[in-house]
Amino acid sequence: MNLFSRRRFLRITAATLAAAGLGPTLLGSPRARAASLTPGLKTVPTFCDVCFWKCGAIGTVRDGALWKLEGNPLDPLSQGRLCPRGTGGVGAHVDPDRLRHPLLRATVRGEEKWNVVSWDEALGFTAERMMKIKAEYGPEAMAMFSHGLGGNFLKHTLKAYGAVNFTAPSFAQCRGPRDVGFRLTFGDDPGSPERTDIAHAKCLVLIGSHLGENMHNTQVQEFAHAVANGCTVIVADPRFSVAASKAKHYLPIKPGTDLALLLAWMHVLVKEKLYDADYVAKYGYGFESFAAYLEPFTPEWAYPETGLAPELIRETAREMGRHRPATLVHPGRHSTWYGDDTQRSRAVALLNALLGSWGREGGFYIPSSMELPGYPYPAYPTSAKGKVDNPGKKYPFAHEAISTGIREATISGAPYPVKGWLTYAVNLLYALPNEAETLKAIEALDLLAVIDVIPSETAGWADVVLPEATYLERYDDLNVELFREPFIALRQPVVAAPDEQKPNWWIARELATKLGLERYYPWKDIEEYLAFRLQKGGYSFEELKQKGILLGAKQPRYFEEGVEPVFETPSKKIEFYSSQLEAKGFDPIPKYTPPDPVPRGTYRLLTGRAPTHSFSRTQTNPILHDVMSENEVWLNAKEAARLGVKSGDYVKLHNQDGVVSERVKVKATERIRPDCVFMVHGFGHTSKGLKRAYRKGASDTKLQTRYRVDPLMGGTGLNMNFVSVVPEVTS
Amino acid sequence: MSVRLAMVIDTTLCVGCSDCVVACKTENDVPEGYCRDWIAEAVRGEFPTVGLEIRSERCNHCDEPPCVSCCPTGASHIAYGGVVLVEHDKCIGCKACIASCPYDARFSHPKGYADKCTFCLHRVEKGLQPACVSVCPTHCMTFGDANDPESAVSKLLRSRASHTLLPEAGTGPNVHYLTRG
Repeated sequence: MNLFSRRRFLRITAATLAAAGLGPTLLGSPRARAASLTPGLKTVPTFCDVCFWKCGAIGTVRDGALWKLEGNPLDPLSQGRLCPRGTGGVGAHVDPDRLRHPLLRATVRGEEKWNVVSWDEALGFTAERMMKIKAEYGPEAMAMFSHGLGGNFLKHTLKAYGAVNFTAPSFAQCRGPRDVGFRLTFGDDPGSPERTDIAHAKCLVLIGSHLGENMHNTQVQEFAHAVANGCTVIVADPRFSVAASKAKHYLPIKPGTDLALLLAWMHVLVKEKLYDADYVAKYGYGFESFAAYLEPFTPEWAYPETGLAPELIRETAREMGRHRPATLVHPGRHSTWYGDDTQRSRAVALLNALLGSWGREGGFYIPSSMELPGYPYPAYPTSAKGKVDNPGKKYPFAHEAISTGIREATISGAPYPVKGWLTYAVNLLYALPNEAETLKAIEALDLLAVIDVIPSETAGWADVVLPEATYLERYDDLNVELFREPFIALRQPVVAAPDEQKPNWWIARELATKLGLERYYPWKDIEEYLAFRLQKGGYSFEELKQKGILLGAKQPRYFEEGVEPVFETPSKKIEFYSSQLEAKGFDPIPKYTPPDPVPRGTYRLLTGRAPTHSFSRTQTNPILHDVMSENEVWLNAKEAARLGVKSGDYVKLHNQDGVVSERVKVKATERIRPDCVFMVHGFGHTSKGLKRAYRKGASDTKLQTRYRVDPLMGGTGLNMNFVSVVPEVTS
Repeated sequence: MSVRLAMVIDTTLCVGCSDCVVACKTENDVPEGYCRDWIAEAVRGEFPTVGLEIRSERCNHCDEPPCVSCCPTGASHIAYGGVVLVEHDKCIGCKACIASCPYDARFSHPKGYADKCTFCLHRVEKGLQPACVSVCPTHCMTFGDANDPESAVSKLLRSRASHTLLPEAGTGPNVHYLTRG
């Protein structure tokens, strides 16, 4: 703690302070950082892993201990400023609840009783079970679930072993429908980080996307920049989100009717000839059929569906037309809502196409990346069996593996048995809807191996738990980002891991060794691997270690700047009419289906994000926990009064299938419709090891027993659950 | 004229992400369970005609700080630029200042002294912005000398509508909130 005294500050001349404190100096500029350096301090650049955005960070170590994390000003993603989770990443390192030693299950699965074992024993056990699975069922029976860049080396080990089933819930439980909807239309998806040019947008349309609460750093920075520059913000959301409070137009839409609004908006743009006719003529396919299809979808038609006044729909459509092509209809990210999500996302893509925003400034820029060859490993074994997640291409437009498909195959044993799961940095019990199905699948397994930094609920069901070093304590694979400007970023250790935790590359390499696959690891440690890759690409590892980021030359980003418009669709154009959808028996132009009505006495359960937490992974972080220790259930103020509850009262939520939540605080607010409730995802932990977060708030996932599968790509629509709000009886 | 350090926060940009809170906690080693700054949310109207003001709040480093006048030992004092500080060694932990603050900006540190925002004078001294200002992803916070008519804070206060918290308390707060009006 810094001790201040009057005397100390009197010693400082006013001139020095005036010049220093009041100038345009920003923390994070190299000059400022140099100024902050004093003996005992050391700074190390790296990149963040609290979410998947991978912001460049600089860690400051004081007397050997991690003090703080700040944005790396060289980094195009963070632009020198981390988000609250990144700033609070210090807490991941000091979290008393983190995993410390390899663990082997001591009793039955799920009891969370462990024997602390050596790495040799834990990895030996894992390899032995994997070899047994391979011998009995073939290597395809081993599946891997992962999230983020850190899974690369483990995937490599499993591919060398012969596994073919790799998945991330970020597809079928998150961004999958959006990516498929955009691919069907433009032949490409918005990517991650999204190619949204929010900074230059003159009109930004957010449909359920709650930027600012959803803390994707670059996007939030650009959003604030756009708002400051007078960007017209239009928000359609059942909840008066933070973004809604910045909007010129707020549309309090009835949940599940977004597609009706999108059709009416497109109707107005076409009817009033406000769309980009040149762009559509040049790049569009099937526009005439599309325009004719839109004829009946007037704002008056949409009114009883959406609850939105026809004039508001017209006015907002005209705003979009006025600012095109710099009108960005944001594609969103978590898009698994109602099971028709790919078609809704396709309608978002089509609205952007009408506005001519794809490939244009203030719309969707065309990203670029640097060239960096991969490591030349021996070829992986091939399999004749194929993958289990999507047998017979049941979901014809899934371009990634469907995690719930692997779960289904594990339960049924068809098309072939899956007997081992290795999970990396993903808490499946909180990532997949319907917990009972996940537990049923786990029952069918001969091996559940969990690699994580915290004892998640899924780790509680594991046979073996392998504790990973946090991102602040390890090297990782390079981030060769596809973004607005190309760059390479390095994750390197800022501090040492406190106990026996190991980096994923080490775990992957040692596991490969136990499996007799040493030949797949020609490098002795990761520094050798990184140096090799960088040298092959013509870059300096030493320079990257010092800077954390290597920037490439800026490339043209818009059609106007010379990027050639390329659309990888069957027609090689933007598909207003999709023959490939038609060929598979789907609607070639998106069709609206009304959502199921809300049963009397219940509310539709909607979920979202808070800026201070990532998924179910950060609730025990002591710093982030201090800022948000539990979630609340948002309930319309009048509904709350009717139920006799007020803000701060505890209630339990009962869903349609009899599942009762943990107790959760009410937030009685005018900021939400009366027909739905809202919760932030990731709380209500029941893993005993997550002591700080144990039973604080409620889990949305546990209440998501129902989901509707998107027939195009297998995504799981989650907003199908209804809850009643039951006040806690105080005795 | 002397320096009058002030903070101007644009509520039209703030998203209430709490990065300011987190950065303050790490920068200043604020103990677990405590925060020197925090986010407040003010909702007006009825759904769907709602107004929302989000504010990052902290010690207002008042012109007439009651916490200083009520301090029996002189631990609470006005330092450079009008910044209100607590000299930990002199603080006897009587909590009179905590009771006197109309903004509830102070807390009793587990080590026994009254603690609160310092405007990060230790950083300002080195030519840096306060931690909260430097980290804000929305760039909604501006810090500087309100007595200098050419400073960014003075220009913002001249050109934009703004308010302070509880002006009726007569404390002369130096954290200003810009609004749309």
